[in-house]
Amino acid sequence: MSQDILLRGIGITRRWGGLVAVDQVSIALTRGEVHAVIGTNGAGKSTLINILSGETPPSAGQVELLGQDVTRWSQPRRARAGLGRSYQRNTIYPGFTVFENCRLAAQARHQQPWAWWQSAQACEASQAAAHSSAQRAGLGDALDRVAGALSHGQKRQLEIAMCLATAPEVLLLDEPLAGMGAEETERMLALLAELKASHAMLLVEHDMDAVFRIADLITVMVNGTVIATGTPDVVRNHAEVQIAYLGQQ
Amino acid sequence: MDLATFLIQCLNSLQYGLLLFLVASGLTLIFGIMGVINLAHGSFYMIGAYMAFALAPVVGSTLGGGFFATLGVGVVLAVMLGYGLEWAFFSFLYEREHLQQVLMTYGLILVFEELRSLMVGDDVHGVAPPPLLAGTIALGEMMTYPVYRLFISGVCLALALGMYLVLTRTRLGMMIRAGSSNREMVQSLGVDIKFLYRVVFAAGVGLAVLAGMVAAPVSSVYPGMGNQVLIICFVVVVIGGIGSIRGALLASLLIGVVDTFGKVILPQAAGVLVYLMMALILLCKPKGLFAAG
Amino acid sequence: MTDRSRIVFVALCGLALAAYPLAAGAFGLDLVTKIMVYAIFALSLELLVGATGLVCFGHAAFFGIGAYAALLLSPSSDAASLLWLLPASVGAAALFALMMGALSLRTEGVYFIMVTLAFAQMAYYVVHDTPLGGGSDGIYLSAKPVLAIAGLRLIDLDQALSIYFFTLACLVAVFGFLALLLRSRFGRALAGIKANEQRMRATGFSTYPYKLAAFVISGGIAGLAGFLFGVKDGYVNPELMSWHLSGAVLIMIILGGLGHLRGALIGAFAFALLQEFFKSELIFGGFAKHWHLGLGLTIIASVALLPHGLVGLPARWRARRQGRKAAL
Repeated sequence: MSQDILLRGIGITRRWGGLVAVDQVSIALTRGEVHAVIGTNGAGKSTLINILSGETPPSAGQVELLGQDVTRWSQPRRARAGLGRSYQRNTIYPGFTVFENCRLAAQARHQQPWAWWQSAQACEASQAAAHSSAQRAGLGDALDRVAGALSHGQKRQLEIAMCLATAPEVLLLDEPLAGMGAEETERMLALLAELKASHAMLLVEHDMDAVFRIADLITVMVNGTVIATGTPDVVRNHAEVQIAYLGQQ
Repeated sequence: MDLATFLIQCLNSLQYGLLLFLVASGLTLIFGIMGVINLAHGSFYMIGAYMAFALAPVVGSTLGGGFFATLGVGVVLAVMLGYGLEWAFFSFLYEREHLQQVLMTYGLILVFEELRSLMVGDDVHGVAPPPLLAGTIALGEMMTYPVYRLFISGVCLALALGMYLVLTRTRLGMMIRAGSSNREMVQSLGVDIKFLYRVVFAAGVGLAVLAGMVAAPVSSVYPGMGNQVLIICFVVVVIGGIGSIRGALLASLLIGVVDTFGKVILPQAAGVLVYLMMALILLCKPKGLFAAG
Repeated sequence: MTDRSRIVFVALCGLALAAYPLAAGAFGLDLVTKIMVYAIFALSLELLVGATGLVCFGHAAFFGIGAYAALLLSPSSDAASLLWLLPASVGAAALFALMMGALSLRTEGVYFIMVTLAFAQMAYYVVHDTPLGGGSDGIYLSAKPVLAIAGLRLIDLDQALSIYFFTLACLVAVFGFLALLLRSRFGRALAGIKANEQRMRATGFSTYPYKLAAFVISGGIAGLAGFLFGVKDGYVNPELMSWHLSGAVLIMIILGGLGHLRGALIGAFAFALLQEFFKSELIFGGFAKHWHLGLGLTIIASVALLPHGLVGLPARWRARRQGRKAAL
């Protein structure tokens, strides 16, 4: 199953002064798979995802995206190369409509900043991408609503829609289920399952039920290091994981 | 440049730098802890200088005191002013955006300037140092140095030390440091944050006013002095890093050296040198030398 | 306001300005020319502050450089040609904006405000202290530029009326350009950067070049305003770079209303009129020389009470009327 590895982190280490936040972590994301990263608070998950996305430089190690070494690349550059990221906190444009949120995100693929005389709305490619990503995320009926007025669950959907608007191949999802009720969680999980087929997905989540339902691979981190990587069954029965994280059953 | 001149310029740099530090530390504290950018901070310096000029005769006739009595009265008035100003005006700025803070405090500068103009006029004044400190001290065989300038450096150093002790050794200082990194946490721990802010603000004002009073005999008292010092203080904060007292000290001394020696070596470019230095430092360290967090 | 009423409003302003010379005396003509220059200046800052969210407190530097370039580059005897003098002055301001932006944009938030102020002060000291700028006395222009083709003088900026209409034409051009720019992809990207820069970067926008471009365009337009100001009076001095002017133009756009181009127009007019009001000895007598006091209090009051500026007033009145209706 290693043919279509779209994102790879190799020996990633991040030190802050004397503190080692991430220690020699390697991870691979394959198309068609959801790779979940779980761990207690302070395990280094956020740092890891920030290094993969390009927001934090690693102290050591490499990141490879679609076969290229992108360790030195900025986040926007990686995004343009096909890396999408959603955040734990809603990172949307609260003052714009849902449609404009998606359209502006889609515009990243068709920037053409020099065309000052041309209205942004005239870019048909962005319009089309916005429509389709909003539809896919389940917001097709809410296009004209102001994003700030949406419910929390809808905002999380918008967060995903904006990710999809640039047609990325790799998705880094940071707690997409955060703050969601049961029904919203179901809807989001269905969406993620649907996206799985065409993307390589990294999922950082605290909702264990969801993780074990949807993940194909799980990496468990404790204090910056990986203590286990494997399928949900393997991880569930892993002794160290049981002790450190799941609690003795 | 011979040794004696060099020594004199070093002492001048130190004095200017330390004075700058006194004013800038108030600015960086107020910003670091309350998140308020206060353009009117330079006005407090100006108020201090004019106080030294205007209060001296009043204090002389009522209390019979001289320079030091005037200083004391000035500091008390300054703290009262700071306390009142925080309550009446600045407490409304905490939640506002930086742009609004900038503009409202800019309006305050204009108000202060005109109030000063109405109360004491627009003339330039000199203030005499107290007779006790008016002499000179011999440096080597040929040069002498004014005692008063040494006094300024001494006062600033003492205050800097005092600030350090308060911030690191007292409960109040601990609350201040905690409040600058996490406002909500301190509040939820039961600390009266409003009182804390008022104290910090009053202290900041007091420092700036005192600096102005102490500097008056050397820099003379003139209308634009507040604005000049404000912008240099901004450079101090940018170079040193917001919220960092250590950074403010280092940056102030650096500016003191560059400005003083610049005036002697390249008088025409002196005004520009400090900003050039800021530009160079920003090239390497966009958040200042000792950026917090 | 709907799109259409906005266009009508702006068009009416344009028409009023075009017709004004018919009714105005020399003083009025000069005053409105000055206000239009301020409006161009305010529009340039609106691009930076209102549209992109970059609070620049050193904008007077670009204004001053445009003015100084106009005078310094003009030949000492003849009138210069508008064809090269105008672009050269605008270019000088834009170049300085490029340098200043490259350094300042590495900082954020409050740092950015302080750094832009500091750099503008640097420019001020260069013209104030060095022989380059003629010192605090300033420089005089011997002959105002003209636009001449084949010996035919098409535009002679020596005439007050010519300067008035030339400034009006520049104002219309700048307004139109910015209106188009803000609705283009570039402008929408700036709006996104203002709304949530992190999301812009996560989506694939390299935000630094966008911000720098906005800075340079903004600086260039401010330079155009400075050019017009310098040429109008035929005189420049360091006060054109003073931070008081940087503060004044910030007040103009906040008074008018951030986030709206017509806010810059309204703000420039309102501010200039307020200044004339407080300076008026007719109203304040001897107290008029303390006009900064009235201005300062007005600034504080308007920022505190009118956070959305004058542009936001109709919406507030409407909301209040609706509130009253709902209560009934």
